[in-house]
Amino acid sequence: MTDRRSFLQAAAAAAAAMPAASSLAAAAAAGAQAATPPPAPRPATSATAPSRLPPGVSRADFNKVLTAWRGTVGGDWVFTSDADVALYRDAYSPYWDEPEERVASAAVAPQTLEQVQAVVRVANQYRVPLYAISTGRNLAYGGSAPAYSGSVVLDLKRMNRVLEVSERNAYALVEPGVNYLDLYEHITRANLDVWIDPPDPGWGSVIGNALDGGGGWTASPFRDHFGSHCGMEVVLANGEVVRTGMGALPNSKSWQHNKWGYGPWVDGLFRQGNMGVVTKMGFYLMPRPEAMQSATVQVTRTEDAVPLIDTLNLLESQHVVNGSTQLFGAGASWSVQIPIYGPEKVVRAQMEYCKDKFAKIANSRFTEGELVRTPLDAATLARVRKVNFGVPDLSTFAMLGRNAQNPSPPGGHIGFSPIIPRTGEALLEYSKFYTDNLPAVSERGTLRFQGPVYMTNWDRTLVAMIMFPIGKDKIMNAKMRAAFEKWVQLAAERGWGEYRTPAVFQDLVANTYSYNNRSLTRMRETIKDALDPNGILSPGRYGVWPKHLRKA
Amino acid sequence: MRAATATLALILAALAGAASAAEPGLGESVYKRWCVHCHSSGRGNPGTESLRVKYKDSLPAVLLDRTDLSPQAIALFVRQGVLSMPPFRKTEITDAELAALADYMASKYVKP
Ligand SMILES: Cc1cc2nc3c(=O)[nH]c(=O)nc-3n(C[C@H](O)[C@H](O)[C@H](O)COP(=O)(O)OP(=O)(O)OC[C@H]3O[C@@H](n4cnc5c(N)ncnc54)[C@H](O)[C@@H]3O)c2cc1C
Ligand code: HEC
Repeated sequence: MTDRRSFLQAAAAAAAAMPAASSLAAAAAAGAQAATPPPAPRPATSATAPSRLPPGVSRADFNKVLTAWRGTVGGDWVFTSDADVALYRDAYSPYWDEPEERVASAAVAPQTLEQVQAVVRVANQYRVPLYAISTGRNLAYGGSAPAYSGSVVLDLKRMNRVLEVSERNAYALVEPGVNYLDLYEHITRANLDVWIDPPDPGWGSVIGNALDGGGGWTASPFRDHFGSHCGMEVVLANGEVVRTGMGALPNSKSWQHNKWGYGPWVDGLFRQGNMGVVTKMGFYLMPRPEAMQSATVQVTRTEDAVPLIDTLNLLESQHVVNGSTQLFGAGASWSVQIPIYGPEKVVRAQMEYCKDKFAKIANSRFTEGELVRTPLDAATLARVRKVNFGVPDLSTFAMLGRNAQNPSPPGGHIGFSPIIPRTGEALLEYSKFYTDNLPAVSERGTLRFQGPVYMTNWDRTLVAMIMFPIGKDKIMNAKMRAAFEKWVQLAAERGWGEYRTPAVFQDLVANTYSYNNRSLTRMRETIKDALDPNGILSPGRYGVWPKHLRKA
Repeated sequence: MRAATATLALILAALAGAASAAEPGLGESVYKRWCVHCHSSGRGNPGTESLRVKYKDSLPAVLLDRTDLSPQAIALFVRQGVLSMPPFRKTEITDAELAALADYMASKYVKP
């Protein structure tokens, strides 16, 4: 703490004495202990030559590209100095400051569709790899860093317009830089009676989150963010613009009404994909439900996990339970929360029905929670979990900060998130698998993981997530990486595969999806080669590499 | 250490260049857009919760109550990040916005 004080004072002194180098050094010396410094930066004028080149691109060519981009987006929005490029590092990288850390060579930030097209065309001409991000807050899965080191980050944060929110038809059309906090503010200001479905971190992009396969915490089907999108606008590697679904019809008035359009559906290529740069996307919104009520069902015999999950599945498939069910437990004791959203009368009737269904499990306990009416008043909002009521915030980061039990945590984490079958048998098998393997994988308990946390954000799906603390300590990070890799392998042996993974493990996980000599990956590679023959768009993302970078 | 020196120098240079031109109210609006969700008082503020543990009772946990944070210190934290708080990019907070933000947040700053 004295260090911290002296740092703050030294920083102040440095400012007063600017540009006296000695006090700057003193400030930095003290500062270095707390805030980890990025690599040695050089002066940050927009014209600074980058110290890293994209792989396979000559300095002369890269200079031509940068000059062209500056002409397109303006010099302030092409970042090449070390200090500016360092802002694109993944703050939670499990390879922080090691040679394998995925880092960018530069960044470029267009503001319009036409600028995106122009930037992509030049990149394609000179074969400069790009890595598109929307808001770049993909913490725990790679942050704003590229999957392939040396790529230029195509930062779409400045494209931040909410283009349309329809209350009548309950949808929104947004640009990539719009985050959940922005969209919520827009809807609140316009006094529209629709809810958004935020993930825990509200500063994420509505588009970016969906494209990475993210999920939220209100009602189904809105919690499945990619699943509840409707219509996209995408720039392909040659700079051409495509609109999917009904958007392909000139003068269409139903782009955000029908997601399938006519003919083969291609939107899936862009989920966890690298086939295009998404510049607009529509999303279904939920008309504000009148009320929400939850209940907790507890069982205390191991075998009762089976009817517990079966009953839950039935109620979900009947659309009686539509909220984000939270599943907790281990050994013999399991509990599930069943939130129901809807008109108050209907919610109460559905709750009665649930109670009857769960009562068939002898010795189970059913505890009804409070019924919350919407819109929530300030006092109610202050005591509930906001994201369950469509209100974005950042409170989730408390799990990574200091607290009384853990006053000096490492600061970051990464998630191992396998999909397991939605059955009690699988739940018990996974739970046993975790405890059986924990001693070996955790080096006899010296490595502390968090979990498993059972997530049900996606219909019919159970994700059994384990979180690994990540910080700036290379030895601990190496141990966490080894443990992560071990879990991936052990899980794959049982037929459990991850739904999403940090960029540095995307090849590892893609290789577990190896049915028929990796035929799915090979098919994706064929599509990749056809759409992006120079392999410039997000090479390596989710294990899909362009031809020139594939291992034989 | 040399790296941190250079970073600080850059940030200070940016502040010196941009501060004078700041439009009124800009600092507060940047604060409300980017910082208020983690550094306010009350439940669900991870920055405040973490800083309360870090400083025990020796400094206020809410940043806006601090009198020891200079604009330069604030700017350094914003561009470098600390613990679970990642740095903010220039597409999120421009240098001019950062200067206004730092001035706004350091309004109670007392020079040592
Ligand atoms: C404490 C904590 C809690 C979290 N809780 C949740 C949660 O509840 N739910 C959840 O889903 N996630 C959660 N996450 C993970 C993550 O932070 C969020 O998913 C976040 O929304 C992703 O970042 P983003 O929205 O800024 O997307 P971005 O970083 O902008 O995008 C993610 C990726 O998608 C691709 N991409 C983005 N935009 C484009 C584009 N326009 N064109 C082509 N490709 C593109 C890129 O490959 C990019 O890396 C959590 C993380 C932490 C640390
Ligand atoms: C996602 C939550 C989050 C957001 C948003 C956030 N911070 Fe922080 N901030 C934190 C956490 C957590 C810490 C505490 C780290 C620790 O305990 O060492 C912190 C620490 C700080 C500190 C260091 C104070 C000290 O004495 O150590 C400063 C300064 C700061 N933040 C400024 C800002 C500013 C300015 C913004 C807005 C641009 C901002 N923060 C946005 C989470 C956040």
